[in-house]
Amino acid sequence: MKPAAFDYHRPDSLEEACALLAEHGAEARVLAGGQSLVPLMNMRILSPAVLIDINRCRELSYLRREDGVIACGALTRQGEAETSDLVAAHLPLMAAAMPHVGVRANRNFGTVCGSLAHADPLAELPSVAAALEARFVIASSRGRREVDAGEFFVSALTNCIEPDEMLAEVRLPVAAANARSAFLEIANRAHGFAVAGVAALVEIDGEGRCTRARLSAMGAGDTTARLAPVEALIEGRRLDEGLIREAGAAATAAAEPAQDVHATADYRAHVIGTLVSRALRQMAGQPGGAA
Amino acid sequence: MSTKKVTVRLKVNGKDYVRDVEPRYLLADFLRHELHLTGTHIGCEHGVCGACTVLINGKTGRSCLQFAAALDGAEITTVEGIAGDRPLHPVQEAFHEAHALQCGYCTPGFLMTTIEFLGQNPDPDRDEIRQALTNNMCRCTGYLNIIDAVEDAAKRLREGAREA
Repeated sequence: MKPAAFDYHRPDSLEEACALLAEHGAEARVLAGGQSLVPLMNMRILSPAVLIDINRCRELSYLRREDGVIACGALTRQGEAETSDLVAAHLPLMAAAMPHVGVRANRNFGTVCGSLAHADPLAELPSVAAALEARFVIASSRGRREVDAGEFFVSALTNCIEPDEMLAEVRLPVAAANARSAFLEIANRAHGFAVAGVAALVEIDGEGRCTRARLSAMGAGDTTARLAPVEALIEGRRLDEGLIREAGAAATAAAEPAQDVHATADYRAHVIGTLVSRALRQMAGQPGGAA
Repeated sequence: MSTKKVTVRLKVNGKDYVRDVEPRYLLADFLRHELHLTGTHIGCEHGVCGACTVLINGKTGRSCLQFAAALDGAEITTVEGIAGDRPLHPVQEAFHEAHALQCGYCTPGFLMTTIEFLGQNPDPDRDEIRQALTNNMCRCTGYLNIIDAVEDAAKRLREGAREA
């Protein structure tokens, strides 16, 4: 028994959970799958006085298609997303990333929204959400608001959610018919902590030109963000080998990685460039689209 | 700081248990200290080593990352419950035959992970086995024998299914 003592609440609905958050605010933490929160509590990096367990809020467990997006509730497990037909059909980038998220024992319980709220810049799902231009639905007793990834991810392990709010849903735009995507990750040990990774999505027109590019790299900085210089470089151009190499160099130059026991900053920046080139090469060679 | 205890009802290896515990009681501690089911071993206590893996409603989970209170009403299977009426589960027999354990500390976690994995993939190749076991640590480093054992266990389970 390692976590510090806390008061435990188990609401049955989002409304009740929000009422508890309004009452306890910064003292409280929301427990869903616990795969990010409980390690921090076991190590006493976090010692919340109040835990609000949303595992009985069944209304928050869903994946459904709604005008142009797949809506994913706060209680949807990563394992459910991994095996979902909706995700496979409409979110190929997310489907490619799911097997990299922890191991099965984590994905059986960990939630998609929990990993997003944890806001680890070295985790897979935040980069996927950034590349997909996801919208984050944040709920409280005061109402609901929606933000984009740029606003949601503030810094390492910090999101924009206020103490009386919680992430209720993430809305992931479905892939366009001419979209291609790639997810690549390098880790010293499969399913261990990542050195770096890249989530990439491009749309290619009938002339073979890249009309839209969205890329986000895991480990590229203190917070999850898109690789804007790479996107600007390739949009409107053909993905030939010269451009693919140039884009890799631009990604390395733009990255400001952290240094830790798993990799030096220079190595991470190098890996990010290599992965960006590989992802673009993979997508350029993919069937589909009109290219 | 003392907190109010909560009543937890769990079905563990087919038997119902009711206990009042502090909310911070982890499932691993609940199994070991309240139910004296000490087959579930505790290694790192932050979800990395896999030693404490059990089946929660039929799915593997780290019992060090689950509060017992949050699992009220769940069905748990620990290493003590896998053999049923047999002396050993086929996966245990395969581990025994292949010398897939040395000190045995990591073994319960490997067994539970293997049981779920072979349920989903009855005929895996060696690379798939390595992938499935990547986050179970064996500090005796007996990994090659463990991979042999999982291959053999898959065979035993397939043959058992044919006979049944």
